[in-house]
Amino acid sequence: MDTESTYSGYSYYSGRSRGSHRHGERSRDRHKSRSKESSRSEKSVTINAPPAEPLLGEQSVRGEEVQDDNWGETTTAVTGTSEHSLSQEDIVRISKDLDDSVGLDCKRYLNVALSVILGLVVLLTPLAFLILPHLLWPDRLRTCGTACEGLFISVAFKLLILLLAVWALFFRPPRAGLPRIFVFRALLATLVLLFVLSYWLFYGVRILDSQDEDYQGIVQYAVSLVDALLFIHYLAIVLLELRQLQPFFSLCVTRSTDGATQHYNLGQLSIQRAAVVILENYYKDFPVHNPAMLTASKSRAAKHLAGLKVYNVDVFQMKLKAYLLDSPGGNNAAAGIAQSQSRAMIAAAARRRDSSHNELYYEEAEHERRVRKRRARLVVAVEEAFTHICRMQEEEQKKASGDVMDPREAAQAIFPSMARALQKYLRTTRQQHLHSMESIQQHLAFCITNNMTPKAFLESYLTTGPTLQYGKDRWLARQWTLISEASVTSGLKDGTIFLLKCIDFSLVVTTKKIPYIQLAEEFIDPKSHKFVLRLQSETSV
Amino acid sequence: YNSAVLFFLSVFQQRIEIHKLRDGDNLILGFSIGGGIDQDSNSSQNPFSEDKTDKGIYVTRVSKGGPAEVAGLRMGDKIMQVNGWDMTMVTHDQARKKLTKKNEDVVRLLVTRKSLENAVRQSMMQH
Repeated sequence: MDTESTYSGYSYYSGRSRGSHRHGERSRDRHKSRSKESSRSEKSVTINAPPAEPLLGEQSVRGEEVQDDNWGETTTAVTGTSEHSLSQEDIVRISKDLDDSVGLDCKRYLNVALSVILGLVVLLTPLAFLILPHLLWPDRLRTCGTACEGLFISVAFKLLILLLAVWALFFRPPRAGLPRIFVFRALLATLVLLFVLSYWLFYGVRILDSQDEDYQGIVQYAVSLVDALLFIHYLAIVLLELRQLQPFFSLCVTRSTDGATQHYNLGQLSIQRAAVVILENYYKDFPVHNPAMLTASKSRAAKHLAGLKVYNVDVFQMKLKAYLLDSPGGNNAAAGIAQSQSRAMIAAAARRRDSSHNELYYEEAEHERRVRKRRARLVVAVEEAFTHICRMQEEEQKKASGDVMDPREAAQAIFPSMARALQKYLRTTRQQHLHSMESIQQHLAFCITNNMTPKAFLESYLTTGPTLQYGKDRWLARQWTLISEASVTSGLKDGTIFLLKCIDFSLVVTTKKIPYIQLAEEFIDPKSHKFVLRLQSETSV
Repeated sequence: YNSAVLFFLSVFQQRIEIHKLRDGDNLILGFSIGGGIDQDSNSSQNPFSEDKTDKGIYVTRVSKGGPAEVAGLRMGDKIMQVNGWDMTMVTHDQARKKLTKKNEDVVRLLVTRKSLENAVRQSMMQH
């Protein structure tokens, strides 16, 4: 119940303002929230997924923590691209300035406070219904019989169940900060608010004004309120949790830089919620983004175009004419000529006998050979290094001789013998920026502690893993932007395309509807499995 | 006319008498048979039969220098009778049994041969 009111507070509040709130995060969203809503069809909104550590670190006040966990999900945010464009550095600078701003902080806490108040109101309403008659007209009240007192127990337990259910459903750490309000939660919150208000209205008019003596009726009224709240909670579960479980759409996510593709099956979600799910899965499914791998193709492309130089006589003539005669010259003609020039360039480039494919082939073969050689050296070096370490048993530990080491020291002891080979290998496969020496030693200590073989230790260096595997600083969790032509609170449809942009690359998401599967049945009688021998024998006599 | 028909029928068939060879405890004839009413006859296994529904007993192999070859049996012959027993509607095993009776030293086969048929037909045409 608390959270239903939280959302109601949210939707109410966010309906009035276009403020953007982030759970413990200040980002460029804050700035953008001040921009006007653009009337352009393409809207750019930002999703910020709060990183894990701040979540734990920021919970100073217990009561607030409980509320803090909630409000992040219904934040309202940026609704359009800003009329004024800003460069990335500007935005980062501005957001840093806003970090210390007090104004937006107040907004957030105001939200929290409102939601707490609303939650308490909703929670205490049944109790108020029960207590007020005793306070206002105790003498006229008919005594509560056994059935009535039984209803007290019912109210108490139902309230307890409601509390637990709300805690289980709503009081969870938010996964992400969404750019717009979570429509379903807002609707539910409004529903709860209207519901409670109508109950109060009825109570005020028919019971308080007329000072009804039938206490049992009043208690039953309170019980009906709690029942209805439990049903609203059921509705919340169905709308928020169950509806999207049945897979309905298949989303194809492609990374723009290297084409890594994954497919996910999702239910009927809004675009922003689908984006959150995709981002959560991105960190575990996609191999880590390695910009060093892309330079080769870029240099090839550059070489391809650089080799051509097209001289266009017509353009030169026109420019000469314009210069000599002081006439501005036809821009349209120039554009047309420029177009034909580029077309000529493309045609010439296609026709040119390019030997770059040859280069590519031999280069790749050579690289492959080099990588394999280095890998062999690395594997041997690591295996040798691991043989120097031997785990001491319990009994031996008691009669400790001089050189007893803990895992970290052991790792440091054997690291130098494999460091060179490992470094060379990482450099050849262009992974050296992903692993620092400290992280390698930590990993080595971890493997030694857990009795892992050299092969297990090497696995994280020989293959590129998902982003999860590397340090938290690689997680660009704060910097995703959702770019979509349709409104981000609208549901997914067949053919919806949206982009999730990060600083270095973007994820292109296309949606396809899972087709309706028509299953037919065919019954096979178990007794119908009969066989004959096909004899094609040849007998010699 | 009747005599011509009888002549036809008799000439398309050939009588072959094979003397079994004693090889240790066995009496061997020196050829292999295939076919039978319990067999699955299709063209792939019986290239000798013109009619694909023919389930007769055919000679599939004749071992070189064996008694069958000496007696004039050729590969592709269809065995019509063995010692008077009809071979056109028997199972494979029954045919085998009829040919390998231990107390018989000689088997008299009545066989037809496609080449024989063709040759006679051609000679009939000429007349």
